Amino acid sequence: MSFNIPIGPQHPALKEPISLRMTIEGEVITDADIRLGYNHRGIEKLAEERNWIQNIYLMERICGICSHSHATCYVQAVERLMEIAPPKRGMYIRYLVSELERIHSHLLWLGVAGHEAGFDSFFMYVWRDREIVMDLLEMVSGNRVHYAINTVGGVRRDLDETQKARILDGIATLRKRSEYYLHIGANEPSFVARIAGVGLLPKEQAVALCAVGPTARASGWDRDVRKEDPYAVYDELEWQVATADTCDVLGRVVVRIKELLESYNMIEQMIKKLPAGDIAVRAPRKAKPGETVSRYEAPRGENIHYIKANGTEKPERLKVRAPTLGNYAATVFMLKKGFVADIPLIFAAIDPCICCAERVVTLVDGRSGASSLVSLSDLRRRALDRPANALVKGKAEWPF
Amino acid sequence: MAVLRTLLYLLVYPGLLFLFVYGTFSEWYDRKVYARLQNRMGPTHTGRFGLLQPVADFFKLMAKEDVVPDAADKGLFNALPAFGLAVVATSGLLLPVWNFSLAAPGWTSFSGDIIVMLYLLSLPTLVLFLAAWSSTNLFSTIGGARVLTMLFGYEVPLFLAVLSPAVLAGSWRLAEIAAFYQQRPALLLVNVLGFLVALVAVQAKLERTPFDIPHAETEIVGGTFTEYSGKKLALFRLTTDIEMVVASGLLATVFLGGFPGGALLGFASFVIKTLFIIFLLSLIRALTSRIRIDQVVSFAWRVLAPLAVLQLLATILVKGFLS
Repeated sequence: MSFNIPIGPQHPALKEPISLRMTIEGEVITDADIRLGYNHRGIEKLAEERNWIQNIYLMERICGICSHSHATCYVQAVERLMEIAPPKRGMYIRYLVSELERIHSHLLWLGVAGHEAGFDSFFMYVWRDREIVMDLLEMVSGNRVHYAINTVGGVRRDLDETQKARILDGIATLRKRSEYYLHIGANEPSFVARIAGVGLLPKEQAVALCAVGPTARASGWDRDVRKEDPYAVYDELEWQVATADTCDVLGRVVVRIKELLESYNMIEQMIKKLPAGDIAVRAPRKAKPGETVSRYEAPRGENIHYIKANGTEKPERLKVRAPTLGNYAATVFMLKKGFVADIPLIFAAIDPCICCAERVVTLVDGRSGASSLVSLSDLRRRALDRPANALVKGKAEWPF
Repeated sequence: MAVLRTLLYLLVYPGLLFLFVYGTFSEWYDRKVYARLQNRMGPTHTGRFGLLQPVADFFKLMAKEDVVPDAADKGLFNALPAFGLAVVATSGLLLPVWNFSLAAPGWTSFSGDIIVMLYLLSLPTLVLFLAAWSSTNLFSTIGGARVLTMLFGYEVPLFLAVLSPAVLAGSWRLAEIAAFYQQRPALLLVNVLGFLVALVAVQAKLERTPFDIPHAETEIVGGTFTEYSGKKLALFRLTTDIEMVVASGLLATVFLGGFPGGALLGFASFVIKTLFIIFLLSLIRALTSRIRIDQVVSFAWRVLAPLAVLQLLATILVKGFLS
């Protein structure tokens, strides 16, 4: 018997609205489809209305987890447009926060992976330890989520000796715990049985479908913007790109934990090498006309911001390509021929951040499946008519 | 007087009231152990040490809106929660805690009660399947199919494992089996393997991690219980709690030597032994991750069933050696 099950837009496994439509036969998925557009926020349009400084804080709110990634990617582009170079100390602090953010994001993901696999003890332990890095971020920036430490031309807060010592302390604890989690993640029989061989994405498919970040690296494709196009401080640090060649969810777990260990190394190096000097330079109010593309390795993969300036204090166009968008095509491929039980694992393994990647809203008729374009005035009229035409509660139909 | 005694027996002890109190206590204990193993606090707020939290949850659910889907088979949908509760509560009456006489079998302790109990403990699984099927929700349907698929995996190992101590004791009556092992405690060691198999099978029967597949929330939302709410959900949760008590009582009777020592001591050893088994069940729950339905079936037939057969063979050999 074959039937369609909707996973999302509201589903306990997905904390954000997206709709995965699965055609299943028994427990096996025969076809998969992704529908987007439940959480479009119009941020790119909004950015055109704000000046360069205001936009930092707007960009930070694209994502609640890799907030610093979007802000940094944006700031890099603006600095290039304004032709200013932040002082070395500012750079080190900025990318120190980047790596701390990567740690918090990967630990968060590890916990979620444990929860999706029904391994709640793992989830609780990992999230307990994630508090350590959250506290460090709060100490460095004053905030736990939206750090607001970037500014055009540098950073807004300096580091002192006690803070440096406390970061090293926290990192030492986290390193010990992460090694233990690597051991659990790769050895606990019931957990490994759930994730090994699940969501296969061979290397040639990863390349063909343009997978990014840990998803690509777990398929043995060692691409990392920090290595292939070293921006800012990354060419001054010693580190390796973490890869795995199992091409499955197990590989994605291993890659992320290895990246954690690399990040701990980088942070220790950055603290040791932290140069003296200013943390920011003064930035002009306007940028020269021109366009630029900025790349940044976010915890989830390559993040791209394109900015076009027209000589005023506002961007003319700002385009964001969030890493999750790059992984959707690969996700659909991975879901096919899997089990129903693997849907949340496979989907969570790309570490999806859905509202970051939302660019458009499509109106789809629930019964016929036809999509249509509607003008704003028409949409407004429909919204006003809605209470009058709404079906009585008892007569409302389930659209599938 | 006899009627009054029977009513007290059914409703107060060891009937519904006792099972309710002890069932909710076991849930609290299980939650607390599970939470401490995960470095959390567990319930702390309601009652001393949060002891009343499961009771509060029960009454809160009783007060909630009770929705019945239009497409559901209403008769079945409404009747099943009460039926499931009745079935497990009945099986609870058969536990030989202290109110039985070895010499004179009564209607709660008779030859063959171990079989009746195993069957009564199988029924809730069918109740869950029917509940899932009658609610017609897609997620419930998948959950119901998973309930049945799992049943085919763990039921045979469970029966084999629980019946081998009975074979050794040469009786189909729980009280006599317990008395047999109380006289020869060393023979309990013969059944250790069967105890482990039965423990895993009971974990599967109670649908707890790693076997919480029929209601895996990240995959199929509420699974079996997706459409259940309010009173009916409360009854289902109570059923699971009582089932946990009864199943661990059964394991304690056949594998841990029952509950000797008359009213007070017998009751105390009932509490200690069931809590010990629930502790082991919580440990399994905390240490594993949910596995897939195909892995359950292959694990049950490749590992559990052969081990259970091995146990049965060992039992028969020991029995031949002894006689």
